[in-house]
Amino acid sequence: MFDLIVLSVFNGLIYGLLLFMLSSGLTLIFSMMGVLNFAHASVYMAGAYFAYSLTPYLGFWGALIAAPFLAGLVGAAVERFGLRHVHGHGHVAELLFTFGLAYLIEEFVHLVWGRNPLDQRPPPLLDFPLFTFAGIDFPAFKVFMIVVALGMFVALWLILTRTRIGLIVQAALTHPHTVGNLGHDVPTVFTLVFATGSALAGLAGVMGGIHLVTNPGMAQALGPIVFVVIVVGGLGSLAGALIASILIGLLQTFAIAVDASLADFLRLFGLQVTRATPGWEVWSITLAQIGPMLPYLLLVLMLMLRPRGLLGSRDS
Amino acid sequence: MTHRTAIVAVLGLSLAAGTALAQSRGTVKIAYIDPLSGAFANVGDLGLKHYTFFADKLNAAGGVNGQKIEIVPLDNKVSPQESLIALKKAIDDGIRYITQGNSSGVALALTDAVEKHNARNKGKEILYINYAAVDPALTNDKCHYMHFRFDADADMKMQALTNYMSGRKEIKKVYLINQDYAFGKAVAAAANTMLKAKRPDVQVVGDELHPLGRVTDFSPYVAKIKAAGADSVITGNWGNDMSLLIKAAKDAGMELDWYTYYAGGLGSPTAIGQAGRDRVKQISEWHKNVPSPEMEALVAEYERRFNPPGATGTYNEYSFMRLKTAFEMVTRAMAEAKSNDPVKAAAKLSGMKHHTEFGEVQMRADNHQLLQPLYVSTMAAGLKYDIEKTGLGFRTDDRIEAKDTALPTTCKMNRIG
Repeated sequence: MFDLIVLSVFNGLIYGLLLFMLSSGLTLIFSMMGVLNFAHASVYMAGAYFAYSLTPYLGFWGALIAAPFLAGLVGAAVERFGLRHVHGHGHVAELLFTFGLAYLIEEFVHLVWGRNPLDQRPPPLLDFPLFTFAGIDFPAFKVFMIVVALGMFVALWLILTRTRIGLIVQAALTHPHTVGNLGHDVPTVFTLVFATGSALAGLAGVMGGIHLVTNPGMAQALGPIVFVVIVVGGLGSLAGALIASILIGLLQTFAIAVDASLADFLRLFGLQVTRATPGWEVWSITLAQIGPMLPYLLLVLMLMLRPRGLLGSRDS
Repeated sequence: MTHRTAIVAVLGLSLAAGTALAQSRGTVKIAYIDPLSGAFANVGDLGLKHYTFFADKLNAAGGVNGQKIEIVPLDNKVSPQESLIALKKAIDDGIRYITQGNSSGVALALTDAVEKHNARNKGKEILYINYAAVDPALTNDKCHYMHFRFDADADMKMQALTNYMSGRKEIKKVYLINQDYAFGKAVAAAANTMLKAKRPDVQVVGDELHPLGRVTDFSPYVAKIKAAGADSVITGNWGNDMSLLIKAAKDAGMELDWYTYYAGGLGSPTAIGQAGRDRVKQISEWHKNVPSPEMEALVAEYERRFNPPGATGTYNEYSFMRLKTAFEMVTRAMAEAKSNDPVKAAAKLSGMKHHTEFGEVQMRADNHQLLQPLYVSTMAAGLKYDIEKTGLGFRTDDRIEAKDTALPTTCKMNRIG
């Protein structure tokens, strides 16, 4: 039992930090521009494919830098030549734009790389079990992912709180018009934030493509859940995104580890629930089975009880 | 006769002649309803490549009854609702043959809709070629005359797999992990009953159902398998659910024997690599190392076509023997019926015996389930053909003859036409 708890914490942490890498960029974009960027997870997928194609030429370490850079360029271009023009037509137009963009990226991936999963291996330097716990190996690459994600958090946090550009971004989060009136070039800040967010998604893609499997479904697999993260964490809050990611990672992982059902729960109170009980189908569903649903339950509850999220600064 | 009526009559005549002409010269359309986007896009794409390959070959030889076969791909995103929309579209386009394979959840929805359509639209019946959806219900309680299944059902495969397992004394603790829908539940149920009957000493230490196509990281499941102390895993997972599961287990350094339905392709061999050697087993109707010069030539032709020189990405493997059998038998039924009308073809197809490279197969007349030889095979090194360029291929452990795969059926169906 103890083993399973430790393993679940570790697995939950890794999954949570992967979510954080994706959601940190999204939460900045969402809160600054009010754009629910549906294509964010697609950029994550593009990052994985970029890394796949670049690795033969640049090696893993080269691809680790070049793929996010490319993803950032894509993001900058999308903002500068697409979103900026759509912006004037309101949020619905923006929403539809990013929605369509997500499909475009997926089709592009189909055309260029095909529909089959691609094999990406960790670099030889990280391709070994770092330690073994309770008979389960922990690949060094997973630990590397944790280090990168935490490093990313610290770097972003320093930039946002200790630099001038961070100051403007922070201000634009809550008072975009005032910042514009003060003479700052808000559109360029937007492009910059969008590009950075996309680059971070690309970086997550490089990691995710190796940790999971690089395939055209990887955007859809993580797309919806990053929205849960940013809502639960609070719009624009980096620390909130980190806490929410890890919370959701742990929630999902622990749910899988628990085989108890509602029937077992009722039995604790002396109520006998058996196959003959009406609604057995519902009572017998285990927590493990509904695990993937729990983050969305959390989303609904959070919106009902605390719409600003865990660490959000405004209700919107 | 006034001018106007004359014009109308002439118009009507020419229209009628036009349609008759279109029918004799046109194409027989087969709607291919399977996932072409989303998490299982690669699985749907694989089947489509097979169909295109066989249709092109047949068309080059003149088609069937003077008509060419046209495969019409319709994306269903493995969703029963989307599949019903696709079926509606096929019906509106006058398509009389449909084929589907991925997900029994989809198949149950489709077969029900096809049965109702056939009952209400005499003369416009649809024939359903099921090449991979293996929930036993489809040829038992939910069977009907115009549904034909060309893959062995989950029970038939589990029967073969557990017969093989019954002779392996090293199996002590088995973990079942399956997708949470009709097929996954059927696999789990069959494994539980059959293991209990054949190996009462074997302990089932886990019976897990996970959501279909939604799990991105299987590490938590692997931790659970480890905590349960299993030495073997039985799984019906397919597509990315299979490759991600096996990859997570490999990354965790788990030493497990895998008894699978679908670990023989679509990224799973790549994901496990050398760690799968002598450990990954599959039950299938064919694998590349079953000797047959004809099949080997066909496989080579297929792989030359879909892996042109300089192609990047994953190598496209020939994978489904049963799809060849299905295509051959359906078109042979049309030829023998001297008509491309699905009702007439169905009459020939029901009970049809057919020679394949690996012995005679038969479409059972009582429930329209194909009986074909099955193979239990293990991933091994040093074989003639490897899979996904891993250096490992599949080696036959056991061949089950077609007649020995038959199971009793509860199917009651009414002949049409």
